[in-house]
Amino acid sequence: MNKNGIIKWAARILILLAAAACLTLGFMNHGFQDVKNKAIRICYECIGIG
Amino acid sequence: MHISGRRYTQLIAAVLYNCNFRGFVTGEIYKGEVKGICTPGLNCYSCPGAVMSCPLGSLQTGLLSSKYKFPYYILGTLLLFGLICGRFICGFLCPFGFLQDLLHKIPTPKLKKNKVTRILSYAKYGILVIFAILIPLIRLEPGFCKYICPAGTLEAGIPLVIRNEALQKLISFLFSWKVLVCIGILIACVFIFRAFCRFLCPLGAIYSLFHPIAFFGIRVDPEKCIHCNACIRNCDMDVKRVCDHECIQCGKCKKHCPVDAIYYGAGRRSFSKKEKLKQTDS
Repeated sequence: MNKNGIIKWAARILILLAAAACLTLGFMNHGFQDVKNKAIRICYECIGIG
Repeated sequence: MHISGRRYTQLIAAVLYNCNFRGFVTGEIYKGEVKGICTPGLNCYSCPGAVMSCPLGSLQTGLLSSKYKFPYYILGTLLLFGLICGRFICGFLCPFGFLQDLLHKIPTPKLKKNKVTRILSYAKYGILVIFAILIPLIRLEPGFCKYICPAGTLEAGIPLVIRNEALQKLISFLFSWKVLVCIGILIACVFIFRAFCRFLCPLGAIYSLFHPIAFFGIRVDPEKCIHCNACIRNCDMDVKRVCDHECIQCGKCKKHCPVDAIYYGAGRRSFSKKEKLKQTDS
């Protein structure tokens, strides 16, 4: 594998780890629940009411 | 009439994202547990049929309260989607992209890609920064959802306002503005291939940042490629080479490649930097 390939794989692994860490932190700080709580109510901005 | 596998995938994705069919009749949105999961593509969570959340709407909402709680969950979701598929999502898994593809099938004169469209394709990054990041952070309102998003108007605003009398009384200038923007974008999509994706979509802008490292996507076999540029000439997007940041991985280039050098694959990209330059120059 050339130098470019190694850098790309390193970036992929780093981002994968960052994504996993963010998702874990997100679940821990109730981010999933926050998204759900917003999504189960009509978003007045989205529909153009304001 | 031949319907491609991509069309079926787009249709299945659109139906899966919006399978709360009862909502279209009652005018009420789905409130189940899975609504906390984000879809990969742009799909308004206030659509009566939506069973999952819009990643862009969730990002803006997360940024509104980021002073108190950082939106790790949505950031992780976007990183994961971008890393796995990149803009393959735009080509295959976005209901609004599907609608744009269908609109472009309407037989009218079409505006081909040119230098102006190439320059305009960078506008989506400005919209991402201003409307999806800065306005939520500074003015504490979801700027893109509120002022631009045509998916919200089409999938949620119009169906809900038609069904709900209470909402009809709340209509103001903003609703008329959003309907106008939506109509303008839909008309543009008839004449310009994927006008919204190319020039305006902040979600596409986010996914395009992952193009060099996305695990899955379209690839070019450097040993087979004869640098004829048939792929670039026949592409409707503003690409400079196969699988650059503008490529939505639709696979149209695959059909036009005379030596079958283009394929869907996972893992590393096949071209070295030197070979990419050679492809661009030729």
